[in-house]
Amino acid sequence: MSAPTPEAPTLEVRDLKTHFFTREGVIKAVDGVSFQVAPGEVLGLVGESGSGKSITGFSILGLVDAPGRIAGGQILFQGRDLVPLPESERRKLRGSKIAMIFQDPMMTLNPVLRIDTQMTEAVLAHRDVSKARALEICREALVKVGIASPDERLASYPHQFSGGMRQRVAIATAFLNEPELIIADEPTTALDVTIQGQILHEAQALCRETGTAMIWITHDLAVVAGLADHICVMYAGRMVEQGPIDAVLDRPAHPYTVGLIGSVPSRNRRGGRLFQIPGMTPSLLNLPEGCAFRSRCPRADIACLEEPPVHTATEGRQVRCVHPHDEPLEEMLS
Amino acid sequence: MLVYLLRRLGQSLFVVAAMAVLVFVGVYAIGNPIDIMISPDADQAEMEAAIARLGLDKPLWEQFFIFVGNALQGDLGKSFVYSTDAVSIILAKLPATMELAMLALVFAVFIGVPLGMIAGLRPHSLAGKSIMAGSILGFSLPNFWQGMMLILLFAVLLKWLPSGGRGETAELFGIPFSFLTLDGLSHMLLPAINLALFKTSLVIRLARAGTREAALQDYVKFARAKGLSSQRIVLVHIAKNIMIPVVTILGLELGSMIAFAVVTESVFAWPGMGKLLIDSINLLDRPVVVAYLMLTVFMFIIINFIVDMLYCVLDPRVRLSEAKA
Ligand SMILES: Nc1ncnc2c1ncn2[C@@H]1O[C@H](COP(=O)(O)OP(=O)(O)OP(=O)(O)O)[C@@H](O)[C@H]1O
Ligand SMILES: [Mg+2]
Repeated sequence: MSAPTPEAPTLEVRDLKTHFFTREGVIKAVDGVSFQVAPGEVLGLVGESGSGKSITGFSILGLVDAPGRIAGGQILFQGRDLVPLPESERRKLRGSKIAMIFQDPMMTLNPVLRIDTQMTEAVLAHRDVSKARALEICREALVKVGIASPDERLASYPHQFSGGMRQRVAIATAFLNEPELIIADEPTTALDVTIQGQILHEAQALCRETGTAMIWITHDLAVVAGLADHICVMYAGRMVEQGPIDAVLDRPAHPYTVGLIGSVPSRNRRGGRLFQIPGMTPSLLNLPEGCAFRSRCPRADIACLEEPPVHTATEGRQVRCVHPHDEPLEEMLS
Repeated sequence: MLVYLLRRLGQSLFVVAAMAVLVFVGVYAIGNPIDIMISPDADQAEMEAAIARLGLDKPLWEQFFIFVGNALQGDLGKSFVYSTDAVSIILAKLPATMELAMLALVFAVFIGVPLGMIAGLRPHSLAGKSIMAGSILGFSLPNFWQGMMLILLFAVLLKWLPSGGRGETAELFGIPFSFLTLDGLSHMLLPAINLALFKTSLVIRLARAGTREAALQDYVKFARAKGLSSQRIVLVHIAKNIMIPVVTILGLELGSMIAFAVVTESVFAWPGMGKLLIDSINLLDRPVVVAYLMLTVFMFIIINFIVDMLYCVLDPRVRLSEAKA
């Protein structure tokens, strides 16, 4: 994996807060998340189910549904803050400069429209080209994601495709307008392992080739380890730790990250006991005061009743913890 | 595809046969046409001659087989009252009912679908709530009462539209139609609205439910993520999905609209098949009633078939799997 060159980031998210104002109360689905992604770089956004990963992605795209809205923070895309932009401006960015691939390939394609309709409309929405040219662009995109006989595929309906094939179509659609940023929301979870590997590889190659920045959302650390340059770990809507992938995986500082890594089976720890984070994810409706991970944390004490500050250490590493780990992973787990 | 068609044909034949028995026996059970058709002071000989002429002296099963035999040759019997072919009497009234039902269908689709989609997209807005309230009224107020209110308002009070009859007609392929003349159209408007009100309410509900469901689907969110305009998302991605249930239900309802336009035709004195049916039942003109019901069965079968075909066109998933089956 090449070291990321210090370029101006494609995207910089600063202290993003996306809240849902429901009848039962305010759900802080995203509550203080900051990260950045540079061109050609992959950021892994990791966290367990319900930690706010998808909502972070939708916030960047401007697709948060009511009763949710962005309650604070900035989303700087190529230096411009997207939060105050009107819907018409955001729409112009969606699908052209910022694209997204969704979690479930079985649901993302409209069952009653042909693939060519669904792909060309993405081109025609942003570019002033003829239909024939748009079709040509779509065909090239399908070939790039490894779909044979694209003409036949274009004339088909989604139900004639397997899950892996549909996700390739979704990926090809995302790349159609050569976006600067792609948000991939667990695009491989619904697929089997071999297809998963292929798709990971293809997406990564496309990003490197085109200099597209990518946010890869997943709950699977193993996927991120082989793919991302940076990692941002979320817990209950908050960023708890982030930094370069190797640094974080080798010396995780936040107890939650340690727990996550410990619960992934690993070859060099074969036979060793698998670690399990005790307890359950807290409900976002009534989060306890202070650190949200407190109740499940082996290191928690009275100091954790206060909202933990974010420590910024070297190499762009950040940790939101009062008692961060300071030793290599091997020592912690032994 | 061929297998599918053949199978459908077989099912249809079975339905026709079953209906023939039911209809014939059912109609035979009501009243005695002789009492109505022959003057009470006719003597025994005249009476028996009339009964023999109408074929009523034979036992039920024999009458039935004569009926079936004739029906297979396209003859559904002669009217007791007019002494002419029952089918041609009905077919003469068919265009009037057809054009009324068609116009009502057009109203139901072009008013119901957009209103339903608005209500589905903005369920909590004033517009959405008013539309739903209106559709509840359309559902629950009795059809004849709605018709009379329409007459009261537009014909009696405002004097904008005529209250009954077909108005001026013009011929198309030798058949008189009202919709071809302005006067005829003005006569059609009120009965068509009356006939459409219930179906419009139905379509509003279908379209609203479909829209609400579709709007939450991932493919709509993905369409938005592609940067499509909201018009395109609503008019293509959502509309195409909700058309499947709307077309299915409306197709089936078209049959009932044609077959049972009885109330509307009676209220607006519209000389269609529905009015003919009421008149024939009153006169105990059995062959016309039987022929009417048999034609209705045929019509339902044909309409269902067309709906299935349309459904295949609209829903690609059905198209392939059914064709293979
Ligand atoms: N429409 C909504 N109304 C209220 N709360 C919502 C809504 N959508 C999301 N949330 C809240 O936001 C939280 C984060 O959701 P999100 O989809 O981002 O989780 P995630 O990290 O992507 O999880 P997963 O791995 O399961 O996809 C959810 O736990 C939920 O409580
Ligand atoms: Mg998610």
